[in-house]
Amino acid sequence: MKLHGIHVPHRKNTADAAPVRMPVPAVITVPMSMNIGAPAQPVVKVGDEVKVGQLIAQAGGPVSAPIHSGVSGKVKKLDQVLSSNGRYDTAIVIETDGEQRVCEDLAPPQVSDLDSFVEAVRASGSVGLGGAGFPTSIKLKVKPEQVQEIIINGAECEPYITSDTRTMLDDAESIAQGAALLQKYYAAQRVIMAIEDNKPQCIQRMRQAGKDVPGFEVAALPAIYPQGGEKVVIFHTTGKVVPEGKLPIDVGVLVLNCTTLAIIAKYINTGMPLVEKVVTVDGSAVEKPQNVIVPVGTSMKDVLDFCGLKAEPRKVMYGGPMMGISVPSLDAPVMKNTNAVLAFAEREAAAPATTPCIRCGRCAASCPLKLQPASFETAYRNNEPETLKALKVNLCMECGCCSYVCPAKRPLVQVHKLSKAMLNQYNAELRAQEEKAKAKKGEEVRVNG
Amino acid sequence: MAKNLTVSVSPHLHDGVTTQTIMRDVLLAMLPAVAASVVFFGPRALLVEALCVAVAVVCEWAFEKICKRPVTVSDLSAAVTGLLLALNLPVGIPLWQAAFGSFVAIVMVKQMFGGIGFNFANPAITARVIMLVAFSGTMTTWVEPNLAQAVEAVSSSTVDAMSYATPLALLKQGSDWLPSLGEMFLGARGGSLGETSCLALLVGGLYLIARRVITWHTPVAFIATVGVLSALLGQQPLYQMMAGGLLLGAIFMATDYTTSPPTPAGKLIFGFGCGLITVAIRVWGNYPEGVSFSILLMNILNPYICAWTQPKPLGGVKA
Repeated sequence: MKLHGIHVPHRKNTADAAPVRMPVPAVITVPMSMNIGAPAQPVVKVGDEVKVGQLIAQAGGPVSAPIHSGVSGKVKKLDQVLSSNGRYDTAIVIETDGEQRVCEDLAPPQVSDLDSFVEAVRASGSVGLGGAGFPTSIKLKVKPEQVQEIIINGAECEPYITSDTRTMLDDAESIAQGAALLQKYYAAQRVIMAIEDNKPQCIQRMRQAGKDVPGFEVAALPAIYPQGGEKVVIFHTTGKVVPEGKLPIDVGVLVLNCTTLAIIAKYINTGMPLVEKVVTVDGSAVEKPQNVIVPVGTSMKDVLDFCGLKAEPRKVMYGGPMMGISVPSLDAPVMKNTNAVLAFAEREAAAPATTPCIRCGRCAASCPLKLQPASFETAYRNNEPETLKALKVNLCMECGCCSYVCPAKRPLVQVHKLSKAMLNQYNAELRAQEEKAKAKKGEEVRVNG
Repeated sequence: MAKNLTVSVSPHLHDGVTTQTIMRDVLLAMLPAVAASVVFFGPRALLVEALCVAVAVVCEWAFEKICKRPVTVSDLSAAVTGLLLALNLPVGIPLWQAAFGSFVAIVMVKQMFGGIGFNFANPAITARVIMLVAFSGTMTTWVEPNLAQAVEAVSSSTVDAMSYATPLALLKQGSDWLPSLGEMFLGARGGSLGETSCLALLVGGLYLIARRVITWHTPVAFIATVGVLSALLGQQPLYQMMAGGLLLGAIFMATDYTTSPPTPAGKLIFGFGCGLITVAIRVWGNYPEGVSFSILLMNILNPYICAWTQPKPLGGVKA
């Protein structure tokens, strides 16, 4: 059985050329919130000299990741910057010196067992590079016997983005080495490299590179969006369904993005943490679409200036057009989990006119998780959190299929985000009421007792 | 960067399908039937069709203006309703009755329930059923399908009551003479403007399926149910499948988004129910034809079918 999805235009214009290293920008702005979980805590002061690979912020809690500098230069200031989620976030602003002197302390980590491996992953600053930005070491803190399948996600189902494609083509050995490391410590029955079948070169390259990894196989999946969605790729490669409120590991699956894995392997080889990213720069406003290698913290403006603009950008986003986050300003920096910077000109930036829902059912028919997007919208507008709960709006992964196919161009994903917030608030109120009732009951018992 | 950047929630890409393109496809799919209606019933067919479309569009525009709602005539759904209604009328229908039917469909059935997406019954079908009850004489007066008759019809304001019957009526009367299967398929038979030519309707239906405006489920379930049940009840299945408004209803009206289920399973149930009621009326009822009634009755059951066939969320845990 296959989950539903949609055919989106691929527009993988940048797949064929190797990434180009961009000249070091004059300034980088490194935000402290580049991962799900707690923001990192700066360990440098204004005026400090930093070098490439040097720790500039430590993990700010158990679910967090350290941050390292991608440039050599001087810390100019610790600034408050507007991040893409609308909140203000601390950022370390570094003036670069262009010399890219590498930190002398860097050395390959000592990895001898599972614990030291996980510690190395933590120290590498890795977060989920598919876009979610979940600290990778947290995902890996599981017992080997829990892991039945490891999925290396190279589906890259979003239009335009080819940064994972380039990792697979240019750095297949690092992915394979990472897979071998995972197998060494988790000994899973299967290691499944998931790649959409619109990337035959990657499939071939990975089959070759991974042939010595025990249990390794390449799954060529149909190029149907959102093939790379975690629940979707798990279902299509293992047939397993991740139940509501559970994690993939609860069904014995570990999913890692292929570029994340390559970066972990490189860190273990060289000691160089995650400080730079391959970013796909594309979109109708971009003169020369290409993959560029940039230090984390490089502003979108610098990236777009390097690639050139042939039209005034009217919408600029992190990531692909299906799930990407549009930004209010080109000052927004490339983050660890940024795999693309897309700049759309006027025509593609224009919001389509919204018309009334005609109940055609296309939204539900496109939903990989078999949800009812149109019903969510009705329930949300009628302020019915109870209905939202019954319809399981919380399961929505915001892949955007429903909005993409909607002939009325309803803002369904937007409503789902709002619906989840409404449901969370409702659940919180319910819990508060319950606790209050319990407390009252307890009081009565004391009084009576 | 003089101008501000647009910030919006993803996705930032949409396919090109809009309500307007869907309705445009439906109108295009009805063109073969429109052409057949002119061939078999003459230019008055076009007059009735144009009038119904015009009245439907004007009524929608006027109602929305009066109610200060956004005007939605550009989505072409009112035009679809008007044309569908016209295809369900006999060529000799007095024009004021045709106009009244369009008014009923748009104002009473569609707009008064909230406009597009909110009506619980198919506007064209409901209007036709109301007209059938209100104007039972003119609504069941059929003319012989030929050009000469049609030319005469357009020159007079009303059509002389002709003792010409639809194939289903002939069957019910136990007539010795029936149009041949070939005539049935091409459309040379008595009936509503757009229902007689199976060929034209099938072309339209295949176009809608190819354009992914509809799926095969409802029409196939509907038509197959009629065929199988007719055979079981001793009727000529092929004849029953081509007669009356079955193809027109199965392809264009039972597939109406708002009033039929969205899932394949729901569509199959809906089509089966329509077929069941149609055959029951044809075989045991007083009316020779039951397609309109069957779709209207299934429209009423639609919310229940939707509820029964709603897919379970993947990984959903019962609260």
